[in-house]
Amino acid sequence: MDRVSRREFLIAGAAAGGGLLLGWHVDARGATSPDFAPNAFIRIGTDGRVTMIMGQVEMGQGMYTAMPMLLAEELEVGLDQVRLEHAPPDDKLYANPIFGFQATGGSTSVKGLYLPMRRAGATARTMLVAAAAKRWNVDPASCRAERGAVIHTPSHRRLRYGALAAAAATLPIPDNVALKRPEDFKLIGTRAKRLDTPAKVNGTAQFGIDVRLPGMKIATVAASPVVGGTVAGLDEAKAMAIAGVRQIVKLDDVVAVVADHMWAAKQGLAALSIRWDDGPNAKVSTADVVQELDAASQQPGVVARKEGDAAAAIAGAAGKLEAVYQAPFLAHTTMEPINCTVHVRSDGCEVWTGSQVLARVQATAAQVTGLPLEKVVVHNHLLGGGFGRRLEVDYVTQAVRIARQVEGPVKIVWTREEDVQHDVYRPYYYDRIAAGLDAQGKPTAWTHRLVGPSILARWAPPAFRNGLDGDALDGAVHLQYDIPAILVEYVRHEEPVLNTGFWRGVGVTHNTFVIESFIDELAAAAKQDPVAYRRALLGKSPRARAVLDLAAQAAGWGRPLPARRGRGVALMYSGWDTYVAQVAEVAVSDAGDVRVQRIVCAVDCGTVVNPDIVKAQIEGGVVFGIGGALWGEITLKNGRVEQSNFNNYRTLRMNETPLIEVHLVRNLEPPGGIGEPGTAVTAPALANAIFAATGKRIRKLPLVPALKT
Amino acid sequence: MATLNINGRDVTVDVPADMPVLWVLRDVVGLTGTKFGCGIAACGACTVHLDGQPTRSCVTPVSAAVGKRITTIEAIGATPAGRRVQQAWLDLEVVQCGYCQSGQIMSAAALVAKNSNPSDADIDAAMSGNVCRCGTYQRIRAAIKQAARAPSAVKAGG
Repeated sequence: MDRVSRREFLIAGAAAGGGLLLGWHVDARGATSPDFAPNAFIRIGTDGRVTMIMGQVEMGQGMYTAMPMLLAEELEVGLDQVRLEHAPPDDKLYANPIFGFQATGGSTSVKGLYLPMRRAGATARTMLVAAAAKRWNVDPASCRAERGAVIHTPSHRRLRYGALAAAAATLPIPDNVALKRPEDFKLIGTRAKRLDTPAKVNGTAQFGIDVRLPGMKIATVAASPVVGGTVAGLDEAKAMAIAGVRQIVKLDDVVAVVADHMWAAKQGLAALSIRWDDGPNAKVSTADVVQELDAASQQPGVVARKEGDAAAAIAGAAGKLEAVYQAPFLAHTTMEPINCTVHVRSDGCEVWTGSQVLARVQATAAQVTGLPLEKVVVHNHLLGGGFGRRLEVDYVTQAVRIARQVEGPVKIVWTREEDVQHDVYRPYYYDRIAAGLDAQGKPTAWTHRLVGPSILARWAPPAFRNGLDGDALDGAVHLQYDIPAILVEYVRHEEPVLNTGFWRGVGVTHNTFVIESFIDELAAAAKQDPVAYRRALLGKSPRARAVLDLAAQAAGWGRPLPARRGRGVALMYSGWDTYVAQVAEVAVSDAGDVRVQRIVCAVDCGTVVNPDIVKAQIEGGVVFGIGGALWGEITLKNGRVEQSNFNNYRTLRMNETPLIEVHLVRNLEPPGGIGEPGTAVTAPALANAIFAATGKRIRKLPLVPALKT
Repeated sequence: MATLNINGRDVTVDVPADMPVLWVLRDVVGLTGTKFGCGIAACGACTVHLDGQPTRSCVTPVSAAVGKRITTIEAIGATPAGRRVQQAWLDLEVVQCGYCQSGQIMSAAALVAKNSNPSDADIDAAMSGNVCRCGTYQRIRAAIKQAARAPSAVKAGG
């Protein structure tokens, strides 16, 4: 936060059509870069209309409410007075300060933009006040701003922002503007209503898949079912014979059927009876991947955190515990299936989609078509779920390759089967963890070697430094327990048989499962209460200890439960600067089915912008986490993904959803991330609850299949 | 050619008799509020009403909808139950990404229309076919209870 706020400054200029256009520059890419460019905009028209241009995208996480709250708080306008616009692609103008380019993800938006957004609003307000004071020839300090107008307090004179916009645009930009004191907030910290909801309850909200254009065709695709495979043959005539099918586009690794509607496209695709040359991964199964990970885990990794000599401490300890933990490939299954609409012309290209990385959408379209960037126009839409899937542009690249062969606009829609079998999956992770224990069972040393691919090395290469992937290690290097000797190592091992990427909760999801399951093992070995055991090790982490205490108390920790029911606790902390403790209560049937009865979360994410959205993110993150932990698993056989749709890639449903309670710790710490912690903390709480209910320790996700074997 | 009654209007479409209603609505008629989610009646995103009954439009052929009243999310607010459900969704801030919510609201409106006091088991039975990946189930449950309790004569816009 400091790194960014020191370097940001504001610019202003005349907006198209008159008025005040205001954004700010951030050099988030480091001191060596000479480029400073604005990354968000407020537009105030001479008609008084206040438009907020949303550099962060809306995928359910509430950014189209939280970002306007930050701007409106300081601009002194009501949320009912603003209009929102999707931002166009621009890595400089709309850079996420934490990434240094345009991206929405990783629970970074409020954490990274809390101060920059407020400064943008405050600067605009300061300039509007200055313009009014100049017109009235009064001291600006005698004026105040309120609901889109400047008021001269002594005389009660009043001018609306629209009447001041043109004059404000000519004023110099103040260097330092005063931000409001928290006690003066009108919006921040309130349960302001979401701005995107009304259109989402009456069918008018426009997701990428809802685009309709004159002359538009609809296509569906089949890409090689094995990574690296190619098309060997197909029956084009049979597909073309289906009413409504217009064209078959055959590329090396993918076939598209272009039609008047999706039904014809789907039937056409089935009629093609495509034959594939599976290529080098034709025989790969999940067991092969695990075998390679296990082999890689035998070698030392790159050291990510080292305190004391953990290996020696373990060798000399009174007791020792070690374990291997595994977390499977996972698919995202966003409710809105993958889709992208493209119109390629000789002089330009237009793309309509929902993406977490708009500038990358533009860049890949330019690359595929050979057009200059400025000839590619991208129209962003609401996202029907992201969860990391729409941080990738594989589907845009594919859509543009297909659209180059099609006259006019074409909307490419993946079937759910195509989505499940061609995702960019959460990697398979394989962890070796060990602890040395003193005579009382307290840990004196801790070693954690995690093995998996580096998503960052592909997705943001500059962020992969010194052989370390900060995402894969997130949470593991932040271990909060006060242990004298700690060694955390990273073994980078790529899994080229599947494309892998970010999944809600990212690296923290897998690390929290490993760490919080293992600390539970240590507590059990010491025959101590899991909450008390953790608590004794959290002397140096008061925020972690506070959420642990709050969750335990709210959940009635220690109260007796019937047979085969149990409570489990888990703690989550990471680079998101958010602390969550969860107590999960489960019932396990004799057949090994798990019913989650109740989830209690205590959350400290620092300053809260909108407590209702924070609670919704935790509730939703927990639901995402329960389904993933109990059943989530993508497996490979003969190079092919074995799952295909919601009937065999199981997600949590209404009848399986427990009561979820969220307790917020309110303080004035800087805001932390909130989109992902609920997911990250859930799997270990469930695993620990299952242990409490059954005595069975599960070290390999998903939990239910492991419980039944 | 088939004539379908969609949201109270007769619409004649030139489509195959086996074409699912989902694609007729979205790709032919242009009513995109009804969503594609799975294509196999496993997620509920495509739920519409056929003569008031919640129906998965992704597996319902046009031939099965001829002669019936099709109601979609675009028109459900014109029914008392639909209006109450939409209002409860707003009051309790149910929605996150929103993509599944058309189907959720259609399933919920059908339940609320016939049951003014749904139990948790009733809600489970009516709603477990609708998947929400954002995880809004807890709020959906509360909103259904609120909508069912609300007086039936809610004024328009109220």
